[in-house]
Amino acid sequence: MKIENAQYFKDLSTGEVCSIRCIANGLHTSIPTDPDNTDYQEVLKQVKEGTLTIKDAD
Amino acid sequence: MSKAAELANLIGNINAGGGGVNRNVIINGAMNVAQRGTSTTGLGADADTIPTCDRWYHSAQSTAGRFTMTQDSSAPSGFANSLKLACTTADTSIAAGEVLLLRQKLEGQNVQMFAKGTADAKPYALSFYVKGNASATYVAELMDNDNSNRHVNKTFSVTTDWTRVELSLPADTTGALDDDFANSLDLNIWLHAGSNRTSGSLQTTWGALAQANRCVGISSFFSSTSNTFFITGVQLEVGQNPTEFEHKSFAQDLLDCQRYLWCVDATDDRGGSGDRSLGIGTYYNSTAVIVFVDTPVQMRSTPTLSVVLNGSSTWLQSYVGASGNDSNAGLNVGQNGPNTAHRLYFTSAHSGITAGQSSWNQVRDDAKFFMSAEL
Repeated sequence: MKIENAQYFKDLSTGEVCSIRCIANGLHTSIPTDPDNTDYQEVLKQVKEGTLTIKDAD
Repeated sequence: MSKAAELANLIGNINAGGGGVNRNVIINGAMNVAQRGTSTTGLGADADTIPTCDRWYHSAQSTAGRFTMTQDSSAPSGFANSLKLACTTADTSIAAGEVLLLRQKLEGQNVQMFAKGTADAKPYALSFYVKGNASATYVAELMDNDNSNRHVNKTFSVTTDWTRVELSLPADTTGALDDDFANSLDLNIWLHAGSNRTSGSLQTTWGALAQANRCVGISSFFSSTSNTFFITGVQLEVGQNPTEFEHKSFAQDLLDCQRYLWCVDATDDRGGSGDRSLGIGTYYNSTAVIVFVDTPVQMRSTPTLSVVLNGSSTWLQSYVGASGNDSNAGLNVGQNGPNTAHRLYFTSAHSGITAGQSSWNQVRDDAKFFMSAEL
């Protein structure tokens, strides 16, 4: 999966990071920080490999 | 298959612990559901995605071959659809690591009936219908993702007519499948492979991962731009002998698929073209709306959100009373877990709204909104 322009997003009610907003394979996408979500697993893999950086939440 | 043989197979499978209704662990085996779309061109670059029919991944690696995938109306008697691959760019110089396969990933909790890894392990009866443009040999594989990728493989033949393939795969008393909602078992339909996966001896009984033994004897789908491959009626069940395909209603197939993908499809013009309802929301502040969506079944995990515009300039229409605003609102999914109720945040959805105002929200005509929890 090609992931670009990734940025964390905080849950408005809890203030905790809950998702990553990005362009994934050309599509506007929000990937939840749920370890069971396979897109998030791919994000973690790419971060570990050093091919993806994620901006902090606003 | 004669009725007598069909009955004998069914009785045999019941005795082996299978048979009955809901015996097929494959979802969308008749290729009736295609929420993402019915045709995708230019496939073949490195990927592991579902282009058309729900639940049916394609996995490609290192090949120059390209193909179009469609949900096709060509099908054997009793079926309405098939999954069709048509080669558009040939690749006759096959490098060692090249790969093309179709894959269905299965949740561990849905395949416990095979009792894999126990003394009571059951055999696997696999059946499907295939057709091509010419005779070819491809490979079906079961792979255990919970136990270092143990696998078992069988070749099958394709002709220019629809042919029912029936494969009996042995039980495996080694390596139990996890009883969870992660990917435990894969059904792989191999269509192309380089020497890394063809240079050994085909692994016809369960064993440890041996890449060279996975695709021995396989033809290459990418050998010619004339090549086509059609498949439908895929069934995997407990037992020694495959039984007739267990047809389901479209609604049941769709529900099964919606555990992994739920879509608001404003390209679907049945009932008239136009925007499609997404859900009721409340504004969190002057621009961001929280929308509540209930999916028809519990999704496998917290879903990923994505949008395809399909030529529409914006995807969301958010109304507060009669004041509507079209936008490409930012997507964000809240902390939900696997659930039927989802709290979604769309930023920059409107302007000048008072926090707490309610809204009704739609996906704009021609756009598609997806929530996916794929394996």
